[in-house]
Amino acid sequence: MPIEIDIAHVARLARLDLTDEELEGYKSQLGVILDHAARVQGLQGEPHAGSAHPLGLFNAFREDEARPSLDRDEVLSQAPESADGYFVAPPALEIE
Amino acid sequence: MTADAPTIVEAGRRLRSGETTAVELIEAVIDSAHRTEAQLHAYLNLDREGAREAAQAADSDLAAGRDHGPLHGIPVALKDNMCTRGLETTAGSQILAGYAPPYDATVVRRLRDGGAVIVGKTNLDEFAMGSSTENSGYGTSYNPWDISRVPGGSSGGSAAAVAAGSALAALGSDTGGSIRQPASLSGIVGLKPTYGTVSRYGLIAFASSLDQIGPLTRDVADAALLLEAIWGHDPLDATSYHGAYPDPRARLDHGVDGMRIGVVSELAGDGYEPAVEAAVAGMVERLAASGAEVVELSLPTFEIALSAYYLIAPAECSANLARFDGIRYGHRAVGDTAEALMARTRAEGFGPEVTRRILLGTYALSAGYYDAFYGQAQRVRAAIQDDFASAYRQVDALVSPTSPTVAFKAGERVDDPLAMYLSDICTIPSNLSGHPAISVPIGVDDQGLPIGFQVMAPALGEQVMFQVAAEVERQADFTARPTLIEVAS
Repeated sequence: MPIEIDIAHVARLARLDLTDEELEGYKSQLGVILDHAARVQGLQGEPHAGSAHPLGLFNAFREDEARPSLDRDEVLSQAPESADGYFVAPPALEIE
Repeated sequence: MTADAPTIVEAGRRLRSGETTAVELIEAVIDSAHRTEAQLHAYLNLDREGAREAAQAADSDLAAGRDHGPLHGIPVALKDNMCTRGLETTAGSQILAGYAPPYDATVVRRLRDGGAVIVGKTNLDEFAMGSSTENSGYGTSYNPWDISRVPGGSSGGSAAAVAAGSALAALGSDTGGSIRQPASLSGIVGLKPTYGTVSRYGLIAFASSLDQIGPLTRDVADAALLLEAIWGHDPLDATSYHGAYPDPRARLDHGVDGMRIGVVSELAGDGYEPAVEAAVAGMVERLAASGAEVVELSLPTFEIALSAYYLIAPAECSANLARFDGIRYGHRAVGDTAEALMARTRAEGFGPEVTRRILLGTYALSAGYYDAFYGQAQRVRAAIQDDFASAYRQVDALVSPTSPTVAFKAGERVDDPLAMYLSDICTIPSNLSGHPAISVPIGVDDQGLPIGFQVMAPALGEQVMFQVAAEVERQADFTARPTLIEVAS
């Protein structure tokens, strides 16, 4: 039984401007995939408290020392739009 | 034609004995690419000029007595999700068309420092999400053993290039099997090392708790050699392992006499092609005849590993790919506000599979569904690690097919995401556990298509893994070569 999802809400959260037709297609595909994925709920017993790192590493710190970074002009050369050493983007908030 | 390029070891011997030069090696590789690329499309970008310059430098260095080691003068290809300074890096996505990174990935720097000649950037499923290269934003790659079939994926371009002799070796990345499965389908060796041993600095991230870079090579010894060149601690990757690394080549010749080898009973049955099962069973018998003690082991959580993977990997991908917003690099769509620009850029720039996984991951992480899906998938992951730990108390290594099937026809699975995902059923558990695993070719089916055998080992168990893999290779004596023709079926 495919799982029902509010696909328009999910697409908005993911910042994907999809057409209604695309949304419908993804909705039915995701339903089938999630139906298979829901098998994780059949897990028996309680596993150990897992770690994502097989070697048990957590947190990697370095000395708080200044070091060279990427060249600003080289980085900005890849931006769709830049000016005066900055990335250029439209306003994040609408102004009345 | 047949692809009869030398191994890294053999090419290195010829270089140092004066039988060949780095320039001759790269010219042979470029010539092979010229003859095969129209059919295979293994490369997105063949860097003829850069490769020729690097080969000339390698020759001058060797003549002057500066030998940079086993990779000196060796033509190596890179999956196009590894950043190369000034050389276009797209990750197979239109959203990164034209992107020239301002830095080299750590593995690229290590290859260059080791004297390797970078041939170019190979094709992949967009952002390494797929099992066939059919999700590439730049067209599909094809399998040199049968050009109507896929080479596997997502490192399919790397696999096809090595199989065809258009590189002597290549690097790929493996999040759910993306090195081992294409190696299996393309008749070469592919290795995913222990998580944390090869730096991901400069690897365009897909699912960071799973991604690992590794080699695709013509034989097992070459895989060990290439691994040795690229692994080691890197302060630029916060997950990088800082302890002692094993010598991967130390036990290549030791055989398997007295070793305990486990056959995973869950990785067989429905969905596995009879030819694959027969070849794997035959190899297990030969390992037993060579002195290994073989036991069948049940790892019940492997039945739900795929389900856990298709929640965890998309969840991480939805977070990692949030960076593609049209502001700092890559494609930008028109939009009056930052949000409109971002949402349009992403809808235009991402292909269907990447969009599908971002949506899936966003859903699995969203309020109300997190515990039932993502949280539960993490518990399954821990249970898989428990199953592995229990198995490795009984055996030294585990074995299985690498893929349930041989190479499939292009187009066969594109409309059925779940069928495509099932290609990775044997490889995913080692990603969820972070353990090393390797695919070794052991034979062909009745259509002449290669079959891969997977050897899995515990964390940092590369030495044992290579020991078994080398014996598998000796027993298989796999000498078949691709012919670049279409096989009717």
